[in-house]
Amino acid sequence: MKMKIKAIAVNTFKESARNKMFYLLVFFGIFFALSSKLISFLTLGDAMKVLKDTGLAAINFFCILIAIFTGINLIYKEIEKKTLFNILSKPVSRDQFIIGKFLGLALTMLTALAAMAVIFFLFVLANGGGFDLKIILYFFMLFLELLVIVAISLFFSSFTTPILSFIFTVSLYLIGHIMWTFNEFKMILRNPFWKYLTQGLYYLLPNLDKFNIKNEVVLNTALNPWTIFFSVLYALAYILALLAVTILIFRKRDFQ
Amino acid sequence: MKALEIKGLKKTFRSNFLLKKYHILKGINLSVEKGEIYGFLGPNGAGKTTTIKCVLGLLFADHGEILIDGQPAASMASRRRIGYLPENPFFYDYLSARELLFFSASLFNLAADEVRDRVAALIHQVGLSGHQDLKLRKFSKGMIQRLGLAQALIHNPDFLILDEPFSGLDPIGRKDLRTLILSLREQGKTIFFSSHILQDMEMMVDRVGIILNGSMRRDGKLSELISRSTQYYEIICSHIAEKELAKIQTNFACRDGQYSLTLPSDSDINQVVESIIHNNGRIVAVNPVKMTLEDIFFNEMQPHRPATTGPHRPATTGDSR
Ligand SMILES: Nc1ncnc2c1ncn2[C@@H]1O[C@H](COP(=O)(O)OP(=O)(O)OP(=O)(O)O)[C@@H](O)[C@H]1O
Ligand SMILES: [Mg+2]
Repeated sequence: MKMKIKAIAVNTFKESARNKMFYLLVFFGIFFALSSKLISFLTLGDAMKVLKDTGLAAINFFCILIAIFTGINLIYKEIEKKTLFNILSKPVSRDQFIIGKFLGLALTMLTALAAMAVIFFLFVLANGGGFDLKIILYFFMLFLELLVIVAISLFFSSFTTPILSFIFTVSLYLIGHIMWTFNEFKMILRNPFWKYLTQGLYYLLPNLDKFNIKNEVVLNTALNPWTIFFSVLYALAYILALLAVTILIFRKRDFQ
Repeated sequence: MKALEIKGLKKTFRSNFLLKKYHILKGINLSVEKGEIYGFLGPNGAGKTTTIKCVLGLLFADHGEILIDGQPAASMASRRRIGYLPENPFFYDYLSARELLFFSASLFNLAADEVRDRVAALIHQVGLSGHQDLKLRKFSKGMIQRLGLAQALIHNPDFLILDEPFSGLDPIGRKDLRTLILSLREQGKTIFFSSHILQDMEMMVDRVGIILNGSMRRDGKLSELISRSTQYYEIICSHIAEKELAKIQTNFACRDGQYSLTLPSDSDINQVVESIIHNNGRIVAVNPVKMTLEDIFFNEMQPHRPATTGPHRPATTGDSR
């Protein structure tokens, strides 16, 4: 049981690791993170702050890109190219397949993020910055966000085409970062139907801003450990729920 | 006990707009005995692949029961016994042949060191020695097909389901595969394979099932099917006037100055031959003509036409059923 999931996960990781696109995106992430040095020359004010600000933003952007692109293609490609037949015809359940795929993607994201993070750390140190625990925390929270995005793209790709999955996932990502507007909406809405709908959506959609602690890192302000703790719980719950729904959809599918 | 039993299998596909239903399988019944080679024969689009996918749980049947060794086919235990080669298989092309076989083994909970020898042996057996470390994206169609066979055998299954295993293979590959399938039967394994290549079937299957338009037309031992089928006798003669010949037998055809007469049974042969000789004719040959699998196949495909057609076929022999 564990061996099968592990085999699928490792193989999924291998697929990314043997894909040139993956290296290209990791390379771009590092490249733009390092080019923040250039920007820090051009702007006034705290150079280290600008360095961190733009560097982390670059890493964030490219990691999200990798997460979405690998996530949306993964299952679709297995179905389209019929490689899935070779797996599901063996004593592997559909649940194991989805879990294996998710863990493989998680491993892929961890590798990409770790590569970028290590280089960024060295870069900060080389530029006179100190060792900052908060940056590690930032990467950890980014990793949680990436896992949520991977779970979302996996969910969509279990029943639609890559293009639609891409549109849906990107939309959810963008909405996920403006969830606070839902609360504001709720304030102005009078009609109880719309009020409840907004409330419902607020709970249903991924609140990705929970994972964004860039301001605290860059401005070096205090972080509430409880907020972090609940964000971790939130990520876990959200991922598990999404995986469960994905598995339920996948269990019912005919593979032609 | 039966290796595979399918009872009343029905499957419909819906069109994209959920409006129209296509009845693809209309109640398939078939059974495969242990230790035999079963040929699943049918023209393109008959429903062979659909049936096989239902057996493997890739498609869900609308209706019917599928048992493997008496157990539901969908169970993990059943899946463990089956080795499956999909139609036009495709494998992860970023892996090498050896990596793919190790990966396949791990899906049966077999660790790499348990199957190392087996992987090497299988690579040799399917004729891929020397290509084991080549990435699969550089494999040709026939090489992929061979690898597909190796991965189906990785866990030493006792039941093999092969969907068009001969497609994409060159003559040597075909011969190798035939030898391999026969040697698997020697080892007591059951083999179920689909094909529309009749020669491949005739040379080795114990039993054939003919599927047409989603229904089984025939299912039986090859020997029974063929002996049950029409047999007729052909007498070829020459140097005889057509007028005389017409008195002996009305049913004859003329080719290159030779006449071919058709007799539905062997009881009249002596009498006809004597009459021909009596009329100064020469007997060139007397042939018993057995029905081939191909004839059975074509008969089933054209149920409303006379059983045997074509210029060299006599008109008297009809469908034997
Ligand atoms: N999604 C679908 N919707 C409608 N019809 C389908 C669908 N998938 C398959 N079919 C039809 O099902 C029929 C059976 O297909 P199947 O692949 O089982 O045939 P086959 O006997 O394996 O043929 P071949 O020898 O060409 O491999 C075909 O007529 C095909 O058009
Ligand atoms: Mg087919």
